[in-house]
Amino acid sequence: MTQNLTLVQAVSNGLHDKMAEDDDVIVMGEDVGKNGGVFRATEGLYDEYGDERVIDTPLAESGIIGTAIGMAAYGLKPVPEIQFSGFMYPAFDQIVSHAARLRTRSRGKYEVPMVLRAPMGGGIRAPESHSESKEAFYIHEAGLKVVIPSTPHDTKGLLISAIDDPDPVIFLEPKKIYRSFREEVPDGTYEVPLGEAAVRREGTDISVFTWGAMTRPTLEAAEDLEEEIDVEVVDLRTLSPLDTDAIVESFQKTGRAAVVHEAPRTGGLGAEITAIIQEEALLYQEAPVKRITGFDVPYPLYALEDYYLPEPARIAHGIREAVDF
Amino acid sequence: MTSILHRDPDSRVRILDEDGSLVDGATEPDLEDEQLVEMYRYMKLSRHFDQRAVSLQRQGRMGTYPPLSGQEGAQIASAFALDDEDWLFPSYREHGAALVQGLPLEQTLLYWMGNEEGNAIAEDTNLFTVAVPIASQIPHAVGAAWASKLKDEDKSFIVYFGDGATSEGDFHEGMNFAGVFDTPTVFFCNNNQWAISVPRERQTASKTIAQKATAYGFDGVQVDGMDPLAVYQVTREAVKKTKDPEEDELRPTLIEAVQYRFGAHTTADDPTVYRDEDEVERWKQKDPIPRLETYLLDTGRLTEADVEAITEEVETAVADAIDTAESHERPEPTAMFEHAYETMPEHVRDQLETFETIRETYGDDALLEE
Repeated sequence: MTQNLTLVQAVSNGLHDKMAEDDDVIVMGEDVGKNGGVFRATEGLYDEYGDERVIDTPLAESGIIGTAIGMAAYGLKPVPEIQFSGFMYPAFDQIVSHAARLRTRSRGKYEVPMVLRAPMGGGIRAPESHSESKEAFYIHEAGLKVVIPSTPHDTKGLLISAIDDPDPVIFLEPKKIYRSFREEVPDGTYEVPLGEAAVRREGTDISVFTWGAMTRPTLEAAEDLEEEIDVEVVDLRTLSPLDTDAIVESFQKTGRAAVVHEAPRTGGLGAEITAIIQEEALLYQEAPVKRITGFDVPYPLYALEDYYLPEPARIAHGIREAVDF
Repeated sequence: MTSILHRDPDSRVRILDEDGSLVDGATEPDLEDEQLVEMYRYMKLSRHFDQRAVSLQRQGRMGTYPPLSGQEGAQIASAFALDDEDWLFPSYREHGAALVQGLPLEQTLLYWMGNEEGNAIAEDTNLFTVAVPIASQIPHAVGAAWASKLKDEDKSFIVYFGDGATSEGDFHEGMNFAGVFDTPTVFFCNNNQWAISVPRERQTASKTIAQKATAYGFDGVQVDGMDPLAVYQVTREAVKKTKDPEEDELRPTLIEAVQYRFGAHTTADDPTVYRDEDEVERWKQKDPIPRLETYLLDTGRLTEADVEAITEEVETAVADAIDTAESHERPEPTAMFEHAYETMPEHVRDQLETFETIRETYGDDALLEE
């Protein structure tokens, strides 16, 4: 059986089914219980599983993640929610100094099977500090895995894989597409494996690598260009570990590439993908890799966010430039 | 009877006087003679270990090391107050407490000699890893205690930190969670008066650190941290309370053990720049080791011959641990790639393979600094 779900419903559906299967899974964070989360991502869980498994915590990000690390090391599988990824910074020390390092530090004795969920990215007319995409911070840290889904089906499957994963996973949910479309999602638990990209559109002229909320405008740009350029769109889904093989394979076919991300350009994952292409597939290269990204400025208040975020016209422009080199 | 924990947070618990006699009206804790002698032996072992460790660092045989001398009473006696099933979350200075919990001395040496294997904790030891960032281990202990409570276990979790840690957000967040979720956690503050060069008075305007517990809804108690009997008594009661609280009390306790670290913050620090030698001498009058020794001699639990035998025994034990630690080979470089993830990701494996090829091609000598 399937249900026609939005991406955020796929989150709660995934949590629901996984909690039914595994008593060690607990959900914790601000407003996740009775309120069901500010975005309703944990809706219904409190009624179903009670206040010992769906825990409303004090408003304290380092406390939430720090105690979740202790719980995880002690044998539970906590799924802490930070209400917005822009509020993860108070917990940054816990994430990088402890979640990422505990396995190494204890020579494998203790592990942190925690999934830190946070809505990320812009495009919903939110206040300051509510729209950032800082996935590069976490990708840079060995010991963490980083996932950003782009479809309801993937969201549920990736979330379940993340909960089953013995390593800490930073699970960033693109909130712009929380409710913008629906998809058939299977009932019960199923896994979409971590570390595997998905080719969303096959093409032969250029490979465009993207993830999260940028996947849909990228596909739209590809459709718009259909008459002139045959665009392949690869949704990376897991950003760490990165599916290098999928990147190289697609690039070897097309010889041209663009990377689309809403994060600022400098030090973003686009730079890493460009370097991978240089190192692994230089002789296939027909043109410089084009980065179509957010700007190196603080994320603007919402009057200007449409200009900040790459949208289909800017993406199409970038793709044209890469192909016309 | 009212618990020793139910008192004004600035009324300091003391059992053993500075001259090694019982304080007027105090009763000694419920400990067997052998346990008291064992505590003494561990304190002597920790002190000698500490002195040798500092010396090894000075000789270039070990990296930066954080000394503990002066804190043996607080560390050993508090660790003794735990039951077998209880857990201990150290900062980076609890070499003595970790020893009681079963971490061999050579492990502590290895860690500070820069070998990750020092962190390999025996499977059956309820000891968490060293935490270097200040106060960050406090939420871990609360989280583990919380998980244990959710699993309907009956265990206690003690977490150690210094006075400097009480300025950090993680201290307050951890204490707050512990109060709200009533976790079986004992917060043990080694108030050793200095956070590197910043004195206790600059950490907080609170009259005591113990009183901070009031803000989180549970008991805070101040104890003479250089009085092992008082530390044992207070910690023991706090541990018992985590498992069996009265109807109107919460499980956690904040213990402020007032004490002094005789040496530097670490061997990279020079306390003569900011600390007065008179101050050090004043605190040395409170040294927990002669204090307990006198008491045990006066009450006939130890003889001078026993003291001599224990002194020799701990010297041999430390010398053996140093030999063992120093005879460890440098770890294989592959060790740095292990344990980052449960399964080594492909890109890390690629980096390891490339590195191994370079090692084979050029030899280790070319890669190592002399």
